[in-house]
Parts: sequence; structure tokens; C-alpha cells
Amino acid sequence: MRAYARLVARADGRGGTVLAELRGETPLLLRQTPGSGRAVTVYVVGGAAGPLAGDDLRLEIDVGPGAAVRVHTVAASVALPGRPDVVSRMAVRAVVHDGGALHWLPEQLVAAAGCAHLAESRVELAAGARLTWRDEVICGRYGEAPGGAVVHTRVDYDGRPLLRQSLAVGPGAPGWAGPAVLGGAPATGSLLVVDPSIPHETAAVEGTLARLPLAGGPATLWTATAADAHTLRDHLDVEVEPLLTKVE
Amino acid sequence: MRPDTVVPTAAPTAGRNPAPHDETVPHTHPEPGVDPHPPLAQAGRALRVGIGGPVGSGKTALVAALCRAFAGELRLGVVTNDIYTTEDADFLKRAGVLDPSRIRAVETGCCPHTAIRDDIGANLDAVDELAEAVGPLDLVLVESGGDNLTATFSRGLVDRQIFVVDVAGGDKVPRKGGPGVTSADLLVINKTDLAPMVGADLAVMDRDARARRGDLPTVFLSIVGDPAAGRVADWIRHELAHHAAVHPIAAPVGPA
Amino acid sequence: MATSSLLLLLADGRFPAGAHAHSGGLEAAVAAGRVTDLVTLEAFLAGRLATAGLVGAAFAAAAHRAVTSAGSAVRGSTLALLDAELDARTAAPALRTVSRRQGRALLRAGRAIWPEASFDDLPSTPGGAHQPLVLGLLCAAAGLSRAETAAVAAHGTVTGAASAAVRLLGLDPYQVQALLVGLASRCDGTAAEAARAADEPPERLPAAAAPLADIHAEAHATWEVRLFAS
Ligand SMILES: Nc1nc2c(ncn2[C@@H]2O[C@H](COP(=O)(O)OP(=O)(O)O)[C@@H](O)[C@H]2O)c(=O)[nH]1
Ligand SMILES: [Mg+2]
Repeated sequence: MRAYARLVARADGRGGTVLAELRGETPLLLRQTPGSGRAVTVYVVGGAAGPLAGDDLRLEIDVGPGAAVRVHTVAASVALPGRPDVVSRMAVRAVVHDGGALHWLPEQLVAAAGCAHLAESRVELAAGARLTWRDEVICGRYGEAPGGAVVHTRVDYDGRPLLRQSLAVGPGAPGWAGPAVLGGAPATGSLLVVDPSIPHETAAVEGTLARLPLAGGPATLWTATAADAHTLRDHLDVEVEPLLTKVE
Repeated sequence: MRPDTVVPTAAPTAGRNPAPHDETVPHTHPEPGVDPHPPLAQAGRALRVGIGGPVGSGKTALVAALCRAFAGELRLGVVTNDIYTTEDADFLKRAGVLDPSRIRAVETGCCPHTAIRDDIGANLDAVDELAEAVGPLDLVLVESGGDNLTATFSRGLVDRQIFVVDVAGGDKVPRKGGPGVTSADLLVINKTDLAPMVGADLAVMDRDARARRGDLPTVFLSIVGDPAAGRVADWIRHELAHHAAVHPIAAPVGPA
Repeated sequence: MATSSLLLLLADGRFPAGAHAHSGGLEAAVAAGRVTDLVTLEAFLAGRLATAGLVGAAFAAAAHRAVTSAGSAVRGSTLALLDAELDARTAAPALRTVSRRQGRALLRAGRAIWPEASFDDLPSTPGGAHQPLVLGLLCAAAGLSRAETAAVAAHGTVTGAASAAVRLLGLDPYQVQALLVGLASRCDGTAAEAARAADEPPERLPAAAAPLADIHAEAHATWEVRLFAS
């Protein structure tokens, strides 16, 4: 299935945010949920049964100056096999303008056995924009070896490259489960926080969680591996909650 | 060029007495007839002196002694190729011999000899970094990681090298030879205070060193007895004077 | 081939660019108990080749391309962009520092060996340019092709870690060589992929990530006592 969805957020002039555009199509439907504060919250619904091989899903997000958006998904997306030799794709393209904030906090991507999935995100941040961007990959459903999944993230800040990373798991990715990449951990993820108001931090490591200040802008990447999805979320959540409550 | 062929560039002046040492210990004079403390001419870049030798022979102790000897006299930097432990740093701090910012440690990937001989970039970087951070410097001491008797410094890294052995290993070490013993610009036979305890015959060591080294100088030392390693410091002063003559300040300045 | 001796010289671990002091993340993986024997070493090398190996080789090839086929006017800006793109692919500050440090060591060798070659197009980033960029220029100065440049880079990422394993784990050196022989065609494949990728614009160059490499590198950088610089 092919589906296209688009979300455009603008400041409402009274310190809040309005959705100037919110449209989607099955299986990529967007729902605004009521909330308080400056940010609007949007859920991506209908992702539970896929994506299946052959699906081609595209989501565009545009956050205007002074607007703030949180995006969640209602459930983990389980990438499943479909027709042989066909991949499933989920492409997110986001633009955040000066003074805008995007918090992309979806549930995990589960790479089920036999899947062939490509998640591609491309984010452009203007100078002064803020971003929270979470990616979590679970390698297979319980006790299962995963199919192939690639999570590719490309973020620019103020026209400069900030983060490029492409995590590949599964049979097509040599050594992915080995000691150089995941070390047998079935869950891995990262949380990118871009916020010009946060003072520069130093790198730190605790167990298999690392805080990594990036070179290309006011940004920190938390990266972790874990034995399961809950532990992974614990790692990354510790860092995310204070950020969200700070402003919105 | 060997020290005994060097014409001193500065006129001998009256200096302080060399640090006390045990006159019963045989030794050769690094620079017979030259007063050890001429005023030093300044060079365009630091003189780099490598200090090599087996583990435990007293290289770090010698570095500390030289820091003491040159305190207030020379602008000094130190590069170590040892596994860097707080114990070492604490040792130098306790000894009060050198500001920690003047010490750089180089990791050698289990190949201490490679880092000072075959692939010297990391040590050269460390020397450059010292010059940038706390320079200009007169003297940089590069201590090798403890190795066996075959490790020597590349001429691309150091201008002069000192090889340190001790008497505790027995009096056969000079006889065994090896590139460090035979060709170092200065051989230091350390821990002479222990000679009676280990039954090492210093006269034998002296004779063997002469046989191995020809005219190259050898110094017997006990850092316990001479905490400023006077004779080694004197030799370095002499080398510095020569270095200043061949690398005058006006000359194009290379990396320190 | 006229350049084969130069290719061998540049790929030789004895080329004086400081390789002996780097374990390519292996020392930390060994300390974490993740690499203990030949089997885990092989998995380590395969993963490293597919991630850091591919990225490094692609950037070496792209830098080679920038100085051999780009006009001299854009060389500097292309290399500066490649440097920033590689920064964006190196999330761990410890790995950025190491890459720049290795770049400096290589540049020192390059300037001494090819004094007539122009290394001045490299960006004057604090700490020096990233190692793959310097390698690309060095290989170009030696007259190597882009494919050979990528091969030198990919080869270096596995052989450096393999020889560190021999030193750290006391593994049988014959068996480690046999393991490298077994990885050779995969290494060639990675180099070929990297050389092809170099035609892409810098933002599309490979970005293969390895979470543990980042995590291990930062842990390693805090150690009080270590044998390897990385
Ligand atoms: N008795 C005695 N001990 C010494 C002398 N010089 C050094 N040592 C001791 O020998 C040990 C090893 O010295 P160190 O400088 O660390 O050796 P390195 O491995 O060559 O750097 C230390 O315990 C020193 O205190 C000396 O002249 N006499
Ligand atoms: Mg020592």
C-alpha cells in the first residue's frame, strides 16, 4: 500500500500551536489529541498491522516558527514480510523553523522475521529550532531472529550536517549482532536532542548507554543497547522527560 | 656528533659543585676538562633527549632527578611512553618536580619500541603539543616504555639518547651489549648503591662498557645517593650548548 | 599494474602513521568481555568492516575523487564538506578525536614522504582533518586509483584490529591471519562498494552506524590505564 500524510503546525499567535494541515490515508492516519500547553499532540494510528513488504508510507511534517508538536504512534510498528524481494518503506521528512519544536517520539520498530524494511528520516532544522527524535529498533519478536531492517537518519542544523546514521540489522548486515555493533543486544535505540538553550555537555557512558555531544550543532545523541524494549525505553526515557516538561 | 668531539661554545665559568657522588665508584667523565656549568645559549627548538632502558632500571627516577636538577634553570617538558598510572603522576607531583601540564603520555599499543623507533608520529605529536601548550621549551625528555636491551630511539624523534641499565640485574648487562648499551650517546649504570647487595662488580661493568662503547661516555649513578643526577645533568647541559650552536634561535624554527 | 608496490606500501601496517597504537575499538570490546577468541574476533571484524570500514573507505575514496577530479577551486570546499559530513557520522566525540589524531599522524608522514604534494586543500579544522580524508589525499599523491584508495582504507580497519587482538588476547597469529584471509573477499567487496559510493554527493555517502563502537569508545577514553590510544 502507498500512503501519504502531512502535518503542518503554526504558532497561533497566543503562545499556542494550531495545525494548519493534518491529513493522511490508510494505513497512515493522523489524529490530534487534546492536550494542554504550547505543543499540539498528534498520534499516528493504524500502524499496528504493518508495515508489510510493499508498503510505501510517507509522512511530511512542517513546524513553523514558534510552533511546537509532539508526535507519537499508538503502538509499535511491526515490520512484516510480504511479497518476496520487496521492501517496506517508511519515509519521514520534517522541517522545523526557527523557534519551532518537534518531538518525534514513536513506539518501537520491531523487525519481524523475514521482513525487509527501510525507515528513512530526513530532518532539516533552522538555526534556533528544537528537536527530540527517538528511534528504537527491536530485533525480532520474542525469541525470533529479525529480518532485514535499516534505520537511516539524516539531520541538518542551520544548513550543516548534524547527524547521519544508518543502523542495519538482520541477515543482510554482516556482523550486526556481533561485538562491534550490537553485541547480541536485541534492542537498540537513540534519542537525539537538539536545543540551542541547553549548555554544551560532555560525553558520558553508563553501561551500554552513552551521551554523545555532536559536532555539527547544539545537539546531544543518547545511544543505547539493551536486553529488551522496556530496558531500552528506561534508558532513553530518563533523558527525555525533563526535556519535554521543560518548555511544553 | 659525540660530546667528546664538541668544542664548547661558551667559555668555562665557575659553577657550583657537581652533586655529590660516591668517589669509590668508577666512572668515566662525560666531558673531561670542561666545567659542567657554562651559561647555556638558547636554541631555536628544544633539545630532545630520549631515555631508554629495561623496565625498572630507573628511567622515571632519572626523569624526576633531571627535573629537580633543571628546576629554575631550563624550560622542561616530558613525554612518557609508559602505561600511564596515577601512581606515576602522583610520584612526580609528590616529588614536586614538574607541573603535570608539562607531561604528556603516549599510548603505544603494546609496542613501546615501535612508538620510539619505527613509527614516531604520536611521540612527535606529543612533543609538538607540549610546545604549543607550555612552550617554548629548552629541553624535552622522552622516556621510553620499559623494553629489552634492543630498543633505541629514532634520530627522527630525539637528538640524543640515554640508555639506563641498573646493577641489580647483575654485572653482565654491559657485556651483553645490544644497541642501547653500545650506541646510546650516554650509558647510565644506575643503582650503584645496590651493587654490594647483588654482588655486582662495578669495575667489570666499567671495563665491559668501555669495550662495547669505545669513546662514548658512561656514567655510574645512584639516584638514591644523588637525587639530582648531577653527572647526567651536566652531560645534558653540555649537549644543550652544542644544540644551541647548531640550532640557533634565528634559524627556521621546526617543531619543538 | 604500475602502482602495485605503492599500494602495498600504503596498505602495510608498518607504514609510519601510528596504526600500531590503535586497536579500532578492540581493546574496549575485549575489556567488556565481548571479544575473547577467534569466533568473536571474526564477528567483531565483520561488523567493523561493514560499519566504520565502509564509511572510512567511502570517505577516503570521496576525498581522492575530490582532489583528482574536482577543479582546484572547489577542492577545498568539497573536502571541508566531507569533513563535516564525517563528523555527522561520528557521534562519539572520542572517535572524532581519534580520527583527527590519526589524520594528523598520517599527514605528518604524507608531508615528509611526498613534500611536493598539496595537502593544503585539507580543512584547517582544530585537531586536524579526519583520517580518511588525509588517506584519500595521500593515496592520490602516491598515484593510486580511487578503488585502490578504498581498498587501503578498508584493509586498514580490519588489519589494525586484528593485530591488536594478537597482542591483547595472545591469539595464534596464524589463525588470525587465516581469519583475515577468510575476510579478504568481503573486504574487497566493501572497498568496491565504497569506491562506487564516492560518486554520490557527500550527504549520501554511507553512514553505517555501530552503537557499541560509540559506547565502547567513550568508555575507553575514560580509562586510567590503557595500552591502545583507541
Ligand atoms: N636503590 C635504588 N633504587 C632506585 C634507584 N633509581 C631508581 N630506583 C628504584 O627503582 C624502581 C624503578 O624505578 P623507575 O624509575 O620506576 O624505573 P623505570 O621502569 O625504568 O622507569 C623504583 O622503585 C625506584 O625508586 C637507585 O639509584 N637506587
Ligand atoms: Mg618508567
